[in-house]
Amino acid sequence: MTIRTARPDRVQHFRPRMHCLKKLEAVVVEMQSGVKGSEQKLNVTTIPHVIIGKDIIAWITNKMKTTTEESEAFGTMLVAYGYIYPLQNHRKLVMCNDSSLYRFQTPYFWPTQKWVAEHSDYAIYLAKRNIRKKGMLEPYEQAHYNHLHEWLNHKWDFIVMQATEQYKYVNHPTERAYWIVNKPPRRTHSAMDSGLELLIDPNSDEKIPFDVYRRMNLFYQQAIMRSKVKSSVSLGALNKYVTTYKNHDPFLAPCLPSNPWLTDNDTYWTLNMRQVEVPTKMRVERWSFSLFELLSDLRGRDDFKIFLKKEFSGMGTFLAPGAPRWINIDGRTMGLTVKGLDHPHRYVLEAAQTHVFLLMKKDTFFRYLKSPVYKEIEKKALNPEPHNFSPAQLEQNAQNRSPGIHPLILWQQDEAEKAKAAAASAPVDVKALMSKLDRKK
Amino acid sequence: MEELRKEMENLKDQITAVRKTFQDSTLQEAAAGVTVVGRVQLKTRKTLRGHLAKIYAMHWGTDSTLCVSASQDGKLIVWDTITTNKVNAIPLKSSWVMTCAYAPSGNLVACGGLDNMCSIYNLKGKDGNVKVMRELAAHTGYLSCCRFLSDTEIITSSGDCTCVLWDIETGTQKMVFAGHQGDAMSLGVSPDFKFFISGACDFTAKLWDIREAECRQTFGGHESDINAIGFFPNGNAVITGSDDATCKLYDLRADQELLTYQDPSIMCGVTSLAPSKSGRLLLAGHDDFNVNIWDMLKAERVGVLAGHDNRVSCIGVSSDGMACCTGSWDSFLKIWN
Repeated sequence: MTIRTARPDRVQHFRPRMHCLKKLEAVVVEMQSGVKGSEQKLNVTTIPHVIIGKDIIAWITNKMKTTTEESEAFGTMLVAYGYIYPLQNHRKLVMCNDSSLYRFQTPYFWPTQKWVAEHSDYAIYLAKRNIRKKGMLEPYEQAHYNHLHEWLNHKWDFIVMQATEQYKYVNHPTERAYWIVNKPPRRTHSAMDSGLELLIDPNSDEKIPFDVYRRMNLFYQQAIMRSKVKSSVSLGALNKYVTTYKNHDPFLAPCLPSNPWLTDNDTYWTLNMRQVEVPTKMRVERWSFSLFELLSDLRGRDDFKIFLKKEFSGMGTFLAPGAPRWINIDGRTMGLTVKGLDHPHRYVLEAAQTHVFLLMKKDTFFRYLKSPVYKEIEKKALNPEPHNFSPAQLEQNAQNRSPGIHPLILWQQDEAEKAKAAAASAPVDVKALMSKLDRKK
Repeated sequence: MEELRKEMENLKDQITAVRKTFQDSTLQEAAAGVTVVGRVQLKTRKTLRGHLAKIYAMHWGTDSTLCVSASQDGKLIVWDTITTNKVNAIPLKSSWVMTCAYAPSGNLVACGGLDNMCSIYNLKGKDGNVKVMRELAAHTGYLSCCRFLSDTEIITSSGDCTCVLWDIETGTQKMVFAGHQGDAMSLGVSPDFKFFISGACDFTAKLWDIREAECRQTFGGHESDINAIGFFPNGNAVITGSDDATCKLYDLRADQELLTYQDPSIMCGVTSLAPSKSGRLLLAGHDDFNVNIWDMLKAERVGVLAGHDNRVSCIGVSSDGMACCTGSWDSFLKIWN
């Protein structure tokens, strides 16, 4: 299968993360009839339809039945998207729960997915501002202006003409608010700053070719025939998993002796390192949850190996009948494996390996849990006393923070161990062994 | 052609009908006996300062105190989260980075973005310098997410709608997973490394078998782009977070959606998610600068982490489950506990 070739127009156009706009618009429309506006005097002018921050937050809290903090966050979001704009301190797009003044933005300037703020519109706006401020633009605006002047030079006469025309008619504060949201100055967080755009247009209705239909139908047919499990079984399994691990989740249960993040004391991590002599009780308990959990923990794996050595003293891991190390696998798997050896490929030992793994999961693992090896380690396992630090001791802990063992040293220890293990279990050439046996026969 | 389309609609209806027959219980019934978790309050324990621009991605290492973060100031920083020291600060060739990953062995980190390439860096170089080890280039779209399987294999998802499994040693593609109809935005690898899931802008999530390079299952139901995806800790269920402000839980064996996590007061899309170690809690980062904590069994919100001044772009729970790290466009990373 080849990678699908990108559309010829490599430039990414389609804005992500705008799905919430419709929902926000619905809320704003309701709010417009819900929150009372009034005339307010600001500096020398009287501005109509001004709403107060406190009232907005109260309305949101009432409508959504949430806490004040969440209403404040929601209100800030409405300002960050440009549905409401602040009259004082216009560069900070936040909603304050006090007597700060705001106004609803005109629907013309509401954010939409399809209409992107055009560069030429922004150029016209800056030109207007230039005229109004008599050439004294803010530094970030000046930078944008210079850049656009260079880039849109061929259109500049048109832009200046539009600017002089519109300057007489357009309402200044709403437009300014719109551009602050779409081209935010430094340190202003605007929600329209949506990040990188998508490559494929989510709104396009591309015609699906014949071949793709055929493949999709095949896929659906397979999906219908696939064996499924009843949802009660899945839910039961999820429930069981969550309950089993409940005490092992540091977010839900305290850990012994103490959580290093809270007390700045590393004992928990030192006790649970990879190569401890004696593991903690919680760790040993985790090993009993599943074979996967046991094998993922290196210390657990070591313990399991000890058990296997004792159980199969003499028996090991190779398939050739009568070989010094021979394990019990069924005839079919043996047949498949031997056949595979004629044309060896990556997965030639896969069938045998899966069989062994399943055997281990269903049989060996449970015998391990009942074995003296496991019981012994369970008894020996540590159950540290919970720490009880006074505030002064906590202070000291924070100051005495050691950087811990350097990761490079841990890595070197790891490599040394791996080398030892590799030397101890040098692989037997199975095919050579088998042909030797054949010759013996 | 018209016949094929009709057949397809028919098959889809059949699938929905079959799924309904297997839906013999709801989560409410199954979780009725479970004790309530109560309000979960996590506090900021550390704030990692150092990035100068929006942080787009972060990933924990497997040894639980190191993590790597990528920011659009062109730096990849490896942090020791306990001491808040920067272990490595790697300058990138292209600052338009969108994702980063930490190898399970701790030896490598990877990152990629608008340069359409996945760059692999070796942290354990001989002379202590961190250098580019490989640059994996073949995608025709931006790199949205990457995850290591081992020190020799890595999976990437891209805006060109495909996911690719690479061989790092040779720098070539081993396998291409094509099938999505929209930009692939995120991916997650199963705990046993046999499968991986990808979420895309065609509103679906797909489960892929790494060995066979096939799409095993497709999960739909979302109304907008899927931005974040992850496996439930037992590897049998998938959690997705989408722009439509909901998270959904799909079960692999039941082949259908089990639960939707939504609330009418949450309108902003989900940008990232991470389950806690036991799977009881789901932490989801949103565009409205907050992280919501859900009780996965009861489908109720049990907490909010509010501390960032801008969109939460990435979240991760450490491998021992002790802490959660959030990264945001306000250029800070916070560790919560």
